[in-house]
Amino acid sequence: MIAFVIRRLCQSVVVLLTVALIAFALFNYVGDPINNMVGQDTTPAERVALRHELGLDQSFLVQFARFVGHAAEGNFGLSYQEARPVGQIILERMPATLELSFVAALLALILGVPMGIYTGLHRRSLLSQAMLTTSLVGISLPTFLIGILLILVFAVMLGWLPSYGRGTVVHIGWWTTGLLTISGWKAIILPAITLALFQMTLIMRLVRSEMIEVLRTDYIKFARARGLSNRAVNFGHALKNTLVPVITITGLQLGAIIAFAVITETVFQWPGMGLMFIQAVTFADIPVMAAYLVLVGFFFVVINLVVDLLYYVVDPRLRIEHEHAAGG
Amino acid sequence: MAELARAPIAAPRRLPRLRRFLDGDLLWSFRRSPVTVGAAVVAFVIIGSAIAAPWVAPHNPYDLASVNLMDATDPPVWLHGGSWAYVLGTDNQGRDVLSTIIYGTRLSLLVGVLAVVAALILGVALGLVAGWSGGIVETMIMRVADVQLSFPAILIALLIDGVARTMLPHNVQAEIAIYVLIVSVALSNWVHFARTVRGSTLVERNKEYIQAARVIGVRPWRIVTGHLLPNVLGPVLVIATINLATAILTEATLSFLGVGLPPTQPSLGTLIRVGNDYLMSGDWWIALFPGIWLALLILSVNLLGDWLRDALNPKLR
Repeated sequence: MIAFVIRRLCQSVVVLLTVALIAFALFNYVGDPINNMVGQDTTPAERVALRHELGLDQSFLVQFARFVGHAAEGNFGLSYQEARPVGQIILERMPATLELSFVAALLALILGVPMGIYTGLHRRSLLSQAMLTTSLVGISLPTFLIGILLILVFAVMLGWLPSYGRGTVVHIGWWTTGLLTISGWKAIILPAITLALFQMTLIMRLVRSEMIEVLRTDYIKFARARGLSNRAVNFGHALKNTLVPVITITGLQLGAIIAFAVITETVFQWPGMGLMFIQAVTFADIPVMAAYLVLVGFFFVVINLVVDLLYYVVDPRLRIEHEHAAGG
Repeated sequence: MAELARAPIAAPRRLPRLRRFLDGDLLWSFRRSPVTVGAAVVAFVIIGSAIAAPWVAPHNPYDLASVNLMDATDPPVWLHGGSWAYVLGTDNQGRDVLSTIIYGTRLSLLVGVLAVVAALILGVALGLVAGWSGGIVETMIMRVADVQLSFPAILIALLIDGVARTMLPHNVQAEIAIYVLIVSVALSNWVHFARTVRGSTLVERNKEYIQAARVIGVRPWRIVTGHLLPNVLGPVLVIATINLATAILTEATLSFLGVGLPPTQPSLGTLIRVGNDYLMSGDWWIALFPGIWLALLILSVNLLGDWLRDALNPKLR
């Protein structure tokens, strides 16, 4: 177990360092940082002095080590666009994205799992067929199109919900939340549905196919032969055993939610990190891009690590296999 | 089964190729599934009209002489103020929405197909190299693939696109946007090809025909391209079909986010982006029709890809 954890941790560190290296290369070699900082009338001598002062004439490894050190402290330099520390901008934007992702993930789970159970248990029913067909459409519709359709119906035609922004937010320390005001709740409904729809269909299909698979196994037949109620068989025995892959996939999908938040935030002008990243790409704001890259890389690595460890803890078969394969 | 009954047993004469194809399993499974036939019809109409755009489209949206600003934001024909000249209405510049959709699909398909071809070539080549040579080369290629696979394709494409934008001078950006787009979509999609090909290569390279080729002294390059490649291509074609839908979707998303094709060269995604600005003023048709068109295209290609995967998989029969 400990060997597995250590190996997995080492892998994560390597991935993170790779991401940091790409971000660093972006930072240093795409455009000349000195050119971005000084005016046109700066003499070459002054430029060299500035280069020396900023440590840009040092060896690659030294510079990279300093970049990683600064990144670990959350210091990514100044944004070209806003002339403010990037760390500060990200800290302002992060609550919006995390709140949206959290609500969307919760929505996908709360709706996806019951729908998956229902379609798995009643395979031939009309409602199941309808749900499956709808889910196929849901998978094929691009995220931004779903957002636009929702805006068209609920904001433009019906006028029930706002089409952009976060509504009124409440400050709690450095964290801002829209979940304490009515306008904040109204504002989060449409983006959260847009973001959740794809994950919801995915979870639904996964739970369905796992349920069908498990219901065929011998221990389910045995449970029925013992005369257990349908409820006990379906939920106590079958559902429990479908949850391992569901946990894994849902965990991994958390990363996808953060990625797709870029699109959703653009459609709804949601003031989160995704919108910030798109603006950075459009304005070629390298420090912000690099910081976003490192941060998202960090999220992904942590999520993957936690899911792997969780999988390992939940499924005893895996534990034994690993120990055999790794020789202890 | 029907095929067996019909085939003449005594005289195994060679049927013409077309006849054999029409009687084959593939077409049989095609005809049996109405959803697939429907998807094929939709895909045929969308792709066919895009290819034949100059002859099919009622107007040429790139011809500035035929565009009249007075006709801007006309609604579709069935609403008050619409006319048969512009069946699906006009956009903010007075261009016919139907025509811009047909021409836009052309660009979307062009980017999608070229990106998939590029991803296929890159992925198959790297997969062959990894599977054939093994060792450190394999480890390096597959590690890169693993790392890339743990990030969503759309993020990778966005990043590559963003970097390219920064490195290229401003005045050429609009002209080469399409190439940048193709490269970013291709680089975000090659991993699936590489993994599949490596897997099949590992299986195939220990088979007897490869060993026989080695024994009689065929050069490694010739074995890989002449013997191995044709035998690992089957699953690749299925992935390519499914990836086409993904590639079109990625292109549309990038264009929608404003980092893809510019409004002077609008793909479906760009059209939706432009239309999105007019959504709040009630001119919904500018965004909605390209959106529906895109959704139909992706759905039909996805359905065809699913059918192809099932039809070519003998285990499911």
